[in-house]
Amino acid sequence: MKIKQISIFLENKKGRLWKALDTLAKGKINIRALSIADTSDFGILRIIVQSPDKAIELLEKNNFIVKTKKIIGIELDDTPGGLSSVLKILNDNDINLEYIYAFTHEKSEKAILLLQVDNLDLLIKTLKENNIIIVPSKEVYNL
Amino acid sequence: MIWNEEIECMSREDIEELQLKKLQNILKYAYDNVDYYHNKYDSMNIYPEDIQTLKDIEKLPFTTKDELREYYPFGMFAVDPKKIIEVHSSSGTTGKPVVSGYTQKDIESWSEIIARGLSMMGVTDEDIIQNTHGYGLFTGGFGIHYGAHKVGATVIPISTGQSRRQIEIMEDFGTTVMIFTPSYGLYLAELAIEEGFDFKNSSIKSIGFGAEMWTNEMRKEIEKRFNAPAYNIYGLTELMGPGVGIECSTQEGLHISEDYFYPEIIDPETLKTQGENTKGELVLTNLEREGMPIIRFRTKDISSITKETCQCGRTTSRMTRITGRSDDMLKVKGVAIFPSQIEKALLKVNNIEPHYQIIVTRPHLMDEIEVKVEASKELFFDEIKEMMNVKKKIEEYIESEIGLRVKVTLVEPKSIPRSKGKAVRVIDTRDIH
Repeated sequence: MKIKQISIFLENKKGRLWKALDTLAKGKINIRALSIADTSDFGILRIIVQSPDKAIELLEKNNFIVKTKKIIGIELDDTPGGLSSVLKILNDNDINLEYIYAFTHEKSEKAILLLQVDNLDLLIKTLKENNIIIVPSKEVYNL
Repeated sequence: MIWNEEIECMSREDIEELQLKKLQNILKYAYDNVDYYHNKYDSMNIYPEDIQTLKDIEKLPFTTKDELREYYPFGMFAVDPKKIIEVHSSSGTTGKPVVSGYTQKDIESWSEIIARGLSMMGVTDEDIIQNTHGYGLFTGGFGIHYGAHKVGATVIPISTGQSRRQIEIMEDFGTTVMIFTPSYGLYLAELAIEEGFDFKNSSIKSIGFGAEMWTNEMRKEIEKRFNAPAYNIYGLTELMGPGVGIECSTQEGLHISEDYFYPEIIDPETLKTQGENTKGELVLTNLEREGMPIIRFRTKDISSITKETCQCGRTTSRMTRITGRSDDMLKVKGVAIFPSQIEKALLKVNNIEPHYQIIVTRPHLMDEIEVKVEASKELFFDEIKEMMNVKKKIEEYIESEIGLRVKVTLVEPKSIPRSKGKAVRVIDTRDIH
């Protein structure tokens, strides 16, 4: 149920993002979702890919610093208010978000929201209690 | 094992008697055969026969690197050039290099001195020495090479570079002794781990390192990674090359072969000779050298000397490891900084690789200092706020070490150029001359 996200350390310098993505492209690894957090001198590239283990091996071989982190994906209606209703649930249950990013699922016209919090198990439990659909990791890898 | 017990364990009184005799001889020899000494001593009205005690050496003027440069290339030689069988040279990064000349006898002396040092490190004729010091004008490679021959060990003259091959050879040849500069050693260890080399079960039992600034933390890191004790070797081209001081298994200072070198410590400001165990600039005199005798050379290296008998039984003077240079000191915002201080601070941060670069700039009349630190898996977190904490922690460690606020930048692994010889630790773009 938890999705393996890959985080990559990047210097905030021309060409570094390209180098990371190019490394993945050369390894024929398709990126499902991507988000970047940045500061003036470095950034963290977070990606979801089809074959995380292969991607990690490839990136590390090319001297990137890589860490994996488990995150949760949920399915939302791609309509106004979809996201805020979920955030309200988190808020009501005192769950603090570390970060989120979202993308749309072309086929089902649904939005997929990826979430990171300090207590993932509590998040899963809360989401289930509120009948929110948690997307299986396989489905996210194979979008 | 003590290679030359007679000399290395001689009583203080006998050593000093021998030194005085040798000093008087070499002064006369230098005065008679090298214009530089002849003219300088004449102009100062001081002559070799004025030296009646060892303390009288203080009456003699110093020799500086700049003076030696003026005699480039062979002006300091005391013999007919045809008697010189080998030359070496300093790198000359700050001007004309200094060329050092050796006669057959000088090479034999060098072998003897290194043989003593290798024995201190536990090396015998059973050992296989992988010498990664460069074979060339740099004295490091050949100095160790000659000493290894003298001891009867097997020497692998691989030189610096071909790093993956180094690891292959380390494994296939069953290397027992590694010789490297600290930064190259750390680089090799990093690569070896990548290649799956098993240090726990390797045959490496002893390491000799030198030619670069280092800290105790760096030595510990080298010893931990290679799973073997690491011994410091000190030397300089002007006086001979590596071997002026070498550590024994006690690792408490470097033994100086006092029948070949007369060490002094001076205050670099007042130029006054300091007593035992007082920090200052090391000044060295060749007591036995045909090709190019050097008298009272200012090394610019900061050390101190003890004459106390070592736990290993040797009575020779010991110098502490070089803790700085009286000339590579950086002044930033008027504060004196040694790269070794930054290094010390970095090594306090858990698991930090000691790969860093200090960049000093003066963008708006004010000095700024930036320290680039290579990030590693241990230092990388998935969240910006944790990364900012890492940076802050490093900045605080450095500040408490040097008393100045610095900007730390985390950079990608292997983005700071690795040294194949000496590491460029400091980039100073200020125009302060």
